[in-house]
Amino acid sequence: MDVVLLSRLQFALTIAFHYIFPPLTIGMSVVMVYLETQHLRTGDPLYDRAGRFWTRIFALNFSIGVATGIVMEFQFGTNWATYSRFVGDVFGSALAAEGIFAFFLESGFLALLVFGWDRISAKMHLFSTVMVSFGSIFSSIWIVVANSWQQTPAGHHIVPVLRDGAPLVIDGRVILRAEIVDFWALLFNPSSVQRLAHVLIGAFILGSFFVMSISAWYLLKKRHEEFAKKSFSGALIFATLASIAALVSGHFQANTVSLYQPAKLAAFEGHYETGPGDMSLFGVPDDATESIRFNIAIPGGLSFLLHENFEDQVVGLDRFRPEDRPPVILTFASYHIMISLGMAFIGLTLLASFLHWRGSLYSKRWLLWVFVFAVVGALASNQLGWVAAEVGRQPWIVHPPVEWTADGDVVVGSDGVVVYDEAAGLRTADSVSPSVDASQVLASLLGFGFIYLFLGVVWLYVLDQKIRHGPEPVDDDRGEGEGLLSAAAARVERRRGPLSDSGEGS
Amino acid sequence: MEWATLAVIWFVIEGALLIGYAILDGFDLGVGILHPFVPKDDRERRIAMNAIGPLWDGNEVWLVTFGGALFAAFPEAYATSFSAFYTAFMLLLVALIFRAVSMELRSKVASDWWRRFWDFAFFGGSATATLLFGVAVGNAILGMPLDRAGNFTGTLADQLNPYTLLVGLMTVALFAMHGGLFLYLKTEGDFQARLRDWMWRSWGLFLVAYMLTTMYTLALVPRATANFEHWPLAAVVVVANVLAVANIPRALHWGRPGEAFVSSCAVIATLVMLFGLALFPNLVTASNDAANSITIFNGASSPKTLTIMLIIAVIGMPFVLAYTGIVYWAFRGKVRLDEHSY
Repeated sequence: MDVVLLSRLQFALTIAFHYIFPPLTIGMSVVMVYLETQHLRTGDPLYDRAGRFWTRIFALNFSIGVATGIVMEFQFGTNWATYSRFVGDVFGSALAAEGIFAFFLESGFLALLVFGWDRISAKMHLFSTVMVSFGSIFSSIWIVVANSWQQTPAGHHIVPVLRDGAPLVIDGRVILRAEIVDFWALLFNPSSVQRLAHVLIGAFILGSFFVMSISAWYLLKKRHEEFAKKSFSGALIFATLASIAALVSGHFQANTVSLYQPAKLAAFEGHYETGPGDMSLFGVPDDATESIRFNIAIPGGLSFLLHENFEDQVVGLDRFRPEDRPPVILTFASYHIMISLGMAFIGLTLLASFLHWRGSLYSKRWLLWVFVFAVVGALASNQLGWVAAEVGRQPWIVHPPVEWTADGDVVVGSDGVVVYDEAAGLRTADSVSPSVDASQVLASLLGFGFIYLFLGVVWLYVLDQKIRHGPEPVDDDRGEGEGLLSAAAARVERRRGPLSDSGEGS
Repeated sequence: MEWATLAVIWFVIEGALLIGYAILDGFDLGVGILHPFVPKDDRERRIAMNAIGPLWDGNEVWLVTFGGALFAAFPEAYATSFSAFYTAFMLLLVALIFRAVSMELRSKVASDWWRRFWDFAFFGGSATATLLFGVAVGNAILGMPLDRAGNFTGTLADQLNPYTLLVGLMTVALFAMHGGLFLYLKTEGDFQARLRDWMWRSWGLFLVAYMLTTMYTLALVPRATANFEHWPLAAVVVVANVLAVANIPRALHWGRPGEAFVSSCAVIATLVMLFGLALFPNLVTASNDAANSITIFNGASSPKTLTIMLIIAVIGMPFVLAYTGIVYWAFRGKVRLDEHSY
């Protein structure tokens, strides 16, 4: 196997494993902010216990996220040296800003969040939780900006690398790199805001489904029920809003992709032939026949979504040379499964919200079981979204610009296909480290494979232990100074609580 | 600002980030290196881990920021060095992963073999990472063969030689001493009393490795000291370094562990400065042809980017120092174990 394929596999493996944790912690941090705010507002100790419980799980997730995150930063240099030389001026800045603005904030307040319960006041603790939440969101901003620049580059120019004032020429080729011209244009490149919104929404979905999964399990096992109901109903609000928002934001994003990366959009939709685009609901793309097998499609659906007209032309894969097309099957499948999952989340959360409003949610055991496992779908949709985005960008690591004619078609060369400006982008195949050979990458790939498998098993095991252990009972709340009698009275009060305040029988 | 001026400023900022990292993560790596030797039971091992529990994550961010800033300010040096050290850095990543999760996971399961495994991971990760940092520094001082595009043309075997291993061992002894001093400040009683012996031992080990490294460098690596001919004033750093090393036993003898720890910080800071003086103006020295070296001038980003990054650093650094201050203040004093500890 060659260095390019092995390096891609290693990047895919390490980012996929790492990306279990950032969206989980971003999403969970918002739920924790909600619970701690409720505690301060209502004084109900149950919210405090819920906050502490989720913080412990958050800390576990966070530590694995940190440990696997450094791998990502190192890999640009170790495996993708040519890419790093090409984009360092632009991409490196975003990464460095992430370190200075986000990671320090996150790690500093994380210490207070996890270890500071008995050292700082409840208000200061809430502040720390908010800061950790901000920190993790800031970090996603910079990393999504950097990635979006690779998809829709802006705010830069491509110039020769200089050595002692003269362009560096190696084997007759002038070595080029991207340099920042307009920092704000780079930051707000055509896709960064939309993609950031979509990424954060995905994180909120995952975080809230994670909380609902564990809470639903407690409800089914009839343990920590009051705690579980508080956590579940809080998370359900976020999950419902986020699921609907994901659909809206995904729609706007698809429009941007169609303008700047038409080959990617065509691969998303398995749209081989330029012309009115159908919206495939199910199918298996076949590159050999350039059609979709077992296709169930809404005729003109794609044209309508992009142009509000069923007849409008959508650029297909036939406008691109075979070597300039992304791998269609993987892109198509990941994109379609992501959307199907997103639709399922909307249905599921709306149904649960309706039942919650009716007051019968917690007696629907089958639905709670669905929620126990729905978190796997939420994780899968986050991962698949990135697979679609990154595989769909191939064969480019930095996508070159596409030009459009006045009547809405891509500008093509004399042979009827798009001729990309090779100097304006960078191919993935040209991006690896020349000094690294395949055996080294194979060894590290296998190493990461084993270690991440081991870490994944350990993570699930410890998570399971923590969930089985559950939140601390409210009764042992130290330092409250309650007398025995009032404590007992409070206990009775709480026992009665869920029946009276949620209004649910059985 | 002039491009060259910006490049020098960024060289200094990188140095400052490296000093910050080496001082801060230095003590928590050192606590890991001492882990099998000093704490004698489960409670003491927990105390050792909780001494750095709230701090290590923030400390490691200095490394992440150092790497990000190198990528942004000197992409050529980042690409060259990271790909040249491929195998070493992959091992480093594995070491850092195991170390990070060992602290979080160790106390989560009350089983003997589980805790032993993570104790070993904590020690192994800390010691390996420290050794590799030292080996990388040794290689950077020696230089390495590079082609015209700046790509490493040597092999892994070139990178493991007596000099680089010596620098690696010196770093292990240095961080062990530094970690021991830190732990001494955070502990009490019998545990603290045993740490005393280890501070002396690790100082002695460091002293031996330090003197050997110095002699080796002076005798066989002429480039490392060439800059002192241009700037005789740089000798101040050497003097400060020697004084700081010598002050550690003095402060320990007079029962001033806080001062010994500050001296140890000064030893690390001055050693990083000497490393910078040995390199300047190179970031990666080509051992085969000086023209292929990546310098701070031919390896830098554009002046525009360096300026933007400088603004980002000026805005960001006060916040960084404030967060660091808040956390160290909140967790000052001796370690107390509670229900939220590791």
